Amino acid sequence: MRASTGAALAAPAAIVWLAFFALPLARLALEGGDYLATLSQARHLRSLALTTALSAAVTLATLLVAGIAGTFLARQRFAGRSLLVACLTLPLAFPGVVVGGMVIMLAGRQGLIAQASDLLFGERIVFAYSIAGLFLGYVYFSIPRVVLTVMAAAEILDPRLEEAARTLGASNWQVVRDVIVPGLTPAFLAAGAICFATAMGAFGTAFTLATRIEVLPMVIYSEFTLAANFSAAAALSLLLAVVTWAVLFLARSRAGLVSAAA
Amino acid sequence: MRRRGGGFHAALAVTVLAAAFLVLPMLMVILVGVTANWFAGPLAGLSLRWVLQVIDNYGGTILVSLQIALANLAATLLLGVPLAYALACAPGRLARAVEELIVLPVAVPGIATALGMVLAWGTVGGFRSHWSFILAGHVVFTLPFMVRSVLAVLRGQEFRLWDEAARTLGAPFWRRFFTVIVPNARGGILAGSLMVTTLSIGEFNMSLILHTPFTRTLPVGLADAYASLRIEVGSAYTLIFFALIVPLLVAMQVLAARR
Repeated sequence: MRASTGAALAAPAAIVWLAFFALPLARLALEGGDYLATLSQARHLRSLALTTALSAAVTLATLLVAGIAGTFLARQRFAGRSLLVACLTLPLAFPGVVVGGMVIMLAGRQGLIAQASDLLFGERIVFAYSIAGLFLGYVYFSIPRVVLTVMAAAEILDPRLEEAARTLGASNWQVVRDVIVPGLTPAFLAAGAICFATAMGAFGTAFTLATRIEVLPMVIYSEFTLAANFSAAAALSLLLAVVTWAVLFLARSRAGLVSAAA
Repeated sequence: MRRRGGGFHAALAVTVLAAAFLVLPMLMVILVGVTANWFAGPLAGLSLRWVLQVIDNYGGTILVSLQIALANLAATLLLGVPLAYALACAPGRLARAVEELIVLPVAVPGIATALGMVLAWGTVGGFRSHWSFILAGHVVFTLPFMVRSVLAVLRGQEFRLWDEAARTLGAPFWRRFFTVIVPNARGGILAGSLMVTTLSIGEFNMSLILHTPFTRTLPVGLADAYASLRIEVGSAYTLIFFALIVPLLVAMQVLAARR
């Protein structure tokens, strides 16, 4: 293909990208104004700390659960396996709002947990609208992504390493600790980065569940719509964009494109 | 065959619990959405009352979302397939740099892009209040999924050889594009189409900022229903959303399993 043909084929996409992505982000950067003043406000710092801590906790919990499930499903063959794979990956592209709905179903006032606890202890346990509910929702939409990444990595793990370890007398636990976990570490890092970045920028679940929990996207939204404080909203958006982009950039060399749609 | 000791059963238990965690609330949504009165329990009987109420009150949001999803599919096909072809032919370093730029809108949170859209385009004519304002956001956000999907298929093939053969036989560029490249990339085009449509129907982060009362999309209406209406209405609304999106998700799983 001649270079001019290639440029002509790429031009329409480039124009759309420039007009509706590059230009808006540039406009956002200009609007940001006094970044230091915005970023040093106590409310914003608290929100940043809360969002980072929540995202880190979600990442660790998801890696533990989905790491076990993904490795297990990739290495074992048994009846019902493909059903489990389907169940664990189906919510992959669920939007954050729907995930918020799922949390309401589980932990809301008329949810499964409230009804079960009412039956068992005569008390309705409700936590959908607290930070615990948000945590549950973020784990919900992170599990499918991490399961897929871990499964893909576990399937190409060299089985000879495990056989060698077993020949040398390693126990099951030693095989997991010394062969499987180190072999999957790159996948865990990549999946963890995607999980963390997605949780940092997630908005739909927080919007559905908790208008009072001040995670960063909620603060941006309220600065923009309620306080009409455009420069603070712009500065915080850019901060969030830089953080999530940097985390994903580090991960992307290892994992493919995984939806950050939540 | 591996021994199935305590490790097997412990890992199986974790996996089954995780699957139940994801699936139980989905089943509950379906049940609540068709229950006459959830407060009285599922034994109170089944009813389509809530589904009909959602269609009455929120039918417009479903139509807006479908309209945007279809337009988004057309736009990402028109923009993405030619771009993927150009990238497949371009030298490695240039292609990687362009890919990096194209993927940026996925890495940047939708709320940031949407704020920029409002600041940059909010005062330009009637654009702000037209549904194509939301479409513009969706196209930028979903385009990388189409491009990556098509590119992956092209890169796994000898398409350059076939293209060259058609060229030496005198086929002009557009003829080659539609009779050599597109048919050979159809697996990637199909997978990309399912993905961009699924993402567009469910997109919320940008749509919440970009929408106006006349261009409210399904997920924006859904958030409103969860917040302010009975659990049956939110569930029935989610049920309608599942009816739109689950066939697409299942088709994606089937397509991925076939590769």
